[in-house]
Amino acid sequence: MLEPWSDNRVARVLLWSIAGLVFLFLMAPTLIVVPLSFSASDLLEFPPREWSLRWYEAFFGSATWMAALCVSLMLGVLTALIAVPAALCACIAMNRLGGRPATVIYGSLLVPSVTPGILLAIGLFFVLAKLGLIGTLPGVLAGHAMLAIPVAMLVLYPAINRFDWAQVQAARSLGAGWARAVTGILLPQLRFSLLTAGLMAFLTSLDEAVISIFIASGEMSTLPKLMFLSLRDQIDPTIAAISTLWTVLVAAIVVVQALRKSKNAS
Amino acid sequence: MAPVPINFDRVRKAFGSYLALDDVSLAVSAGEFLTLLGPSGSGKTTLLMALAGFVRPDAGRIRLGETDITRLAPDKRDIGIVFQNYALFPHMTVRGNVEYPLRLRKRPADEIRRRAEAALDRVQLLDLADRDIAALSGGQRQRVALARAIVYEPRVMLMDEPLSALDKNLREAMQYEIRRLHDDLGITTIYVTHDQREALTMSDRIAVMDGGGIRQVDTPQAIYHHPATRFVAEFMGEANILPAAALLGPAAVGSVMVRSESFHLAADGLPADAVSVEGRLKAKAFRSENWLLTLVLPSGESVALSIPATRAAGCAEIAPGALVTAHATATSVHPLGAA
Amino acid sequence: MTPALDADPALARDAAHERRFFLSLSLPALAVVGLAAILPILWILRQSFMNLGGEVTLANWTKILNSSLTWSSLQTTFVLSGLTLVICIALGTPLALALASTTQRRANLLLIFLLLPLWTSILVRTYGWLVLLRREGLVNAALQNIGLTAEPLPLVYNTTGVVIGMVHYMLPLYVLPVYAAMRDIDGNVLRAAASMGASLGQAIRTVILPLAQGGILSGSIIVFVYTLGFFITPAVLGGGKVNPIAIRIERTIGGFQDWGGASVLGVPLLVVVALIGAAVLGLRRVAGPRHA
Repeated sequence: MLEPWSDNRVARVLLWSIAGLVFLFLMAPTLIVVPLSFSASDLLEFPPREWSLRWYEAFFGSATWMAALCVSLMLGVLTALIAVPAALCACIAMNRLGGRPATVIYGSLLVPSVTPGILLAIGLFFVLAKLGLIGTLPGVLAGHAMLAIPVAMLVLYPAINRFDWAQVQAARSLGAGWARAVTGILLPQLRFSLLTAGLMAFLTSLDEAVISIFIASGEMSTLPKLMFLSLRDQIDPTIAAISTLWTVLVAAIVVVQALRKSKNAS
Repeated sequence: MAPVPINFDRVRKAFGSYLALDDVSLAVSAGEFLTLLGPSGSGKTTLLMALAGFVRPDAGRIRLGETDITRLAPDKRDIGIVFQNYALFPHMTVRGNVEYPLRLRKRPADEIRRRAEAALDRVQLLDLADRDIAALSGGQRQRVALARAIVYEPRVMLMDEPLSALDKNLREAMQYEIRRLHDDLGITTIYVTHDQREALTMSDRIAVMDGGGIRQVDTPQAIYHHPATRFVAEFMGEANILPAAALLGPAAVGSVMVRSESFHLAADGLPADAVSVEGRLKAKAFRSENWLLTLVLPSGESVALSIPATRAAGCAEIAPGALVTAHATATSVHPLGAA
Repeated sequence: MTPALDADPALARDAAHERRFFLSLSLPALAVVGLAAILPILWILRQSFMNLGGEVTLANWTKILNSSLTWSSLQTTFVLSGLTLVICIALGTPLALALASTTQRRANLLLIFLLLPLWTSILVRTYGWLVLLRREGLVNAALQNIGLTAEPLPLVYNTTGVVIGMVHYMLPLYVLPVYAAMRDIDGNVLRAAASMGASLGQAIRTVILPLAQGGILSGSIIVFVYTLGFFITPAVLGGGKVNPIAIRIERTIGGFQDWGGASVLGVPLLVVVALIGAAVLGLRRVAGPRHA
């Protein structure tokens, strides 16, 4: 878009230098933990003088960490399984209703995204305490699903609005009932958006710390909650190992998604 | 299957304060090819969608044969529709699209295959049966949409501006093909378009719509030559609407309509009762098959003349401002109704 | 002419039935968000007027409003959000411009470096910064090696550390809407500006930034609103010395078990977020849905 000024070398160099430094800034904290996680020392020295896998052993060997990992993975999957269908149905409803009802539904479902996490956390604590659900699976799951629904909605709503609804009408005219038209015609064409929404719901839950800190006690302690407690006390290199694994997971997801996107675009 | 008639009885639909269908009544005979013609926003697509079941009327009744289908779900109506942008299923092949309605009807596999191939053969697409929809041209997609709409032998066929996405040559070829398909199948067909040439070419009858109501229903010839209202006259083609007195003498009252191509520059060979107007040439334009002249009458009205190239000798020489006399037979002067 | 038929009650019933069906489709999502987010928020408001015995009282409010800690933490909150916003605008706008100025294909690849941190756990990122910014950390070592400073700088467990962490979290969320707005600018508009003699700087100032202001505004709102409630970053990188409202709330609960007081502290956050939300909705109604 700046081609008309392509002879302005100084500006280009300046612009891309800033961009390069900002990218470095963005990547630095995630990149630094990778070598540290393979260090043999517990001093967090850089570059490490000796290499080892001891922090990975510490992570995979610890019953506490493993329990938290299992809880987090299970919560992530359950969150995606709840948030994506719920958001999908809400998006179909908004698309079909339009007007004021759609605005009200959209605004309500966006509340968890714009409210500070700490407020959701203490408010949810009050409600769950009343119901006796603190530290239980339904309690924590409600908190995570509530956060993931707007995330899934923001992925699915544009996709559903882009969809050519005449296809559903066509299916109806050809003899398909409403449910059959939606499952046979709409959903197969929405599969990439559904997958993206599912991944993002999963990551939202996996990453969630604030609500878990307040309501996920005891057996329901999640990985981020344990990481937070451990970070507050001391800088434990085990966290570097967890962080590296986490980064690899997220990088794989982001890169695959980006490649798929650029393939679809071309 | 015997063709069925369609009856709309005072169908009304309002979107908020906007009256899209204003108590529309229309009877379509069994086996007829009827076109709903009108500008955008005239209600033609709304009427079609009400018949298909995608627009729920506020009042009125729609009958298919003897059955009242006003409240019937769209999938129970047994109507074939060709949508404006075809609405083909991009995640299925050509064959998948055409087999879809038969699979919904749980026909035996060999029957599904046989009937889908027969339908594809009818639209000359059998050799592309296993292509993806994305790999087809606009004209081919149009044919798939047709095949999909006829394969389950619906009682009625609806087409919503099916040719609007095609280029001119293809559009004209498809007009004949669709009409031929209708004549082969004998199925009652309602066709929606805003293109009056298309309507004139294809239809048994045309219903001209405007402002949510039907203004005139008649054969193409009658609609073109005997429009009931000024709106119909102007919508169907270049029409000169003049005070009757200007052509028929001071005693005449009301308005008359003369098509621009009904005018002649010379009176030779016209019957004795031919009438004429005289005016000064304001503008002229050469349009390959004809000359288009615009005259201004002494009373201030403009008259457009379309003179075919075969009798346009001398047109090139007439200078702007020159006095020109235009003649028309009495039969080409049509009195207009009040509306 | 026959008189028009009245609206058919059976058809009206069908229409209402269909409407109810679609409304009911939104119920599962509304139920989860209503029970787990909206009800809890209302509960905070209620709780702020309750004492431990469940009686209605203003005691929480007088106690919290009379505490100097409250006011200093409110100040800290706004200073942190303001600083973060300013730095995000200063760093993110040029980055968005750089991304928008390159081909879609290259931009999509570069966006990976934006999305990767966005989807990395906040704890992973906070941990990374802790490691980088410590007294013996990589940044201080580098600064001393090139001779910029003799002594290690205090980069973490203070406002600097918290702001670095917050900027790092918010930058991708700021850049994405600004980038989208800049991508939407019609290239011919810029060619026209150049043909009329605008220099690059003039074009940026008088054409690009005004056309991208919707994206810049929504990015800024996102940054400001999100950072008001930040908890993890100040808790870890602040080292107990930087205490915005979110930290105060946790202390009030963790240290004093004072849930009523914590609720009072939450109310100003709720009010600011609600006001900004209302302003955005109002703005959108006036300006139309243009990135607002």
